[in-house]
Amino acid sequence: MNIAAIEVNNLAKQFKNTLAVNNISFKINKGTIIGLLGPNGCGKSTTIGMMLGLIKPTSGTVVINGQNIENNRTSLLEKMNFISPYIELPKKLTVEENLKVYGRLYGVKNLEGKISEIMEKLNLTEFKKRKTGELSSGQKNRVSLAKALVNDPEILLLDEPTASLDPDVGDKIRTFIEDFASKKGATILLASHNMNEVERLCHEVMMMKDGKIIDKGKSSDLINKHGRKNLEEVFLKIVRE
Amino acid sequence: MKFHRIYALSLRHLYVIRSSLPRILDLIYWPTIQIVLWGFISKFFATHSDFYNHTVGVILSAAILYDFLFRSSISFNMLFLEEIWSRNFTNLFVSPLKISEIITALTATALLRTLIGIIPAILLAAPFFGVSIFNLGPSLILLFLSLYLFGITLGLLVTSGLLRYGPAFENVAWSSLFLLAPLGCVYYPLSILPDWLQILAKGLPLVYIFEEVRSILLNNVVNYSNILSALILNLIYFTSAVGVFYLAFSGARKRGTLINVGE
Repeated sequence: MNIAAIEVNNLAKQFKNTLAVNNISFKINKGTIIGLLGPNGCGKSTTIGMMLGLIKPTSGTVVINGQNIENNRTSLLEKMNFISPYIELPKKLTVEENLKVYGRLYGVKNLEGKISEIMEKLNLTEFKKRKTGELSSGQKNRVSLAKALVNDPEILLLDEPTASLDPDVGDKIRTFIEDFASKKGATILLASHNMNEVERLCHEVMMMKDGKIIDKGKSSDLINKHGRKNLEEVFLKIVRE
Repeated sequence: MKFHRIYALSLRHLYVIRSSLPRILDLIYWPTIQIVLWGFISKFFATHSDFYNHTVGVILSAAILYDFLFRSSISFNMLFLEEIWSRNFTNLFVSPLKISEIITALTATALLRTLIGIIPAILLAAPFFGVSIFNLGPSLILLFLSLYLFGITLGLLVTSGLLRYGPAFENVAWSSLFLLAPLGCVYYPLSILPDWLQILAKGLPLVYIFEEVRSILLNNVVNYSNILSALILNLIYFTSAVGVFYLAFSGARKRGTLINVGE
């Protein structure tokens, strides 16, 4: 039986005269990776913000593991995590210090061991005493990912996790996410503009435009349905219609 | 509230302070300069003023206490601004941190930051100017508590403004205390102010605190009603400021400004 980790019901957000998210509903089952695609300004970040309790919905609900995020923010956020290229970790702290701070914020047990394990897996051990602000964008990205995994989240929201990375680092990150999801059974929502990444990682894809979810399904089904060669072409067709 | 989360946020700021000698020197530098400057002004007044005759310590003690207040407020603001400058703001708000834990952590860390700056200045005042803040006796603890509460109250109001208006509100963070200083009667008695301003000034705990400092140092009289008035006003303002901070957070969630806050 499929159990919903995330249930979004009739969710809407109005900012003054702009309807950023327009009455969307979807479910994400436990242990699945779902892609959220759409052009800039279509409402992806606002949707993610509401799922994290960062933005108060105008109407509708976000239910995580059977609990409404509005009333259970603290307890639910202990089991969730988030990364975005638009937010950073404190630059003046070393990699290890940042992970210690966030590990404690999330109440991680055996923190030293957990940090060593994550740093090893993400090839960060040699940078652990380096200030985060001194790292390259690829290295910073891996530190952000390490922060997002420090609490072994059941639910992970990834906003463009491989943006601005070279293909090699991007591929390693994707492999790591795949590995993490399969071993931990985590539920992942991936917002990305990289269609190959979405095709590779996601079990299903949701297409957003003008604050609405206008299509969803498996990548292969969407490609067949729209009569295109790949997901990128499907994306372009939907966006330009 | 969970201690591990409060400790984690404090630790984040302690790492920053610990990692940079220039940052520690900067914390010490301004209070020390203030004390040296007011030390000489104080000496001058003590020899040329009837009111302050033979009481070298009054102005300097007031300067030290006012600087303690100033540093408390600025420290609170700085810790919050640090999150905005480093674009770490969203990371904190997607963690399980509660608002009460943020306030507690910043309040505790601001105290440490303030003490790093003010203790060397206090120690300097004794050998250089023969003034010890400890001449205020046991009341000093209550006066410090009152000043600290007021400093944190101002910090909470300014950070609420930062949540409401974003980084553009930063300038207010620096100027907030200068606005209240003339009304606070830090260096002169309340009676100096025009009658209508005295009414306004009596709404500030600062007036009672610094009237009390003068009462102890000039007349050797401890007036507990001043201390009590200051503490009661501070508790009212502090509780209101916590409420304002919660409202500002709630407003920021409605406007969607908690996501991607940064310079």
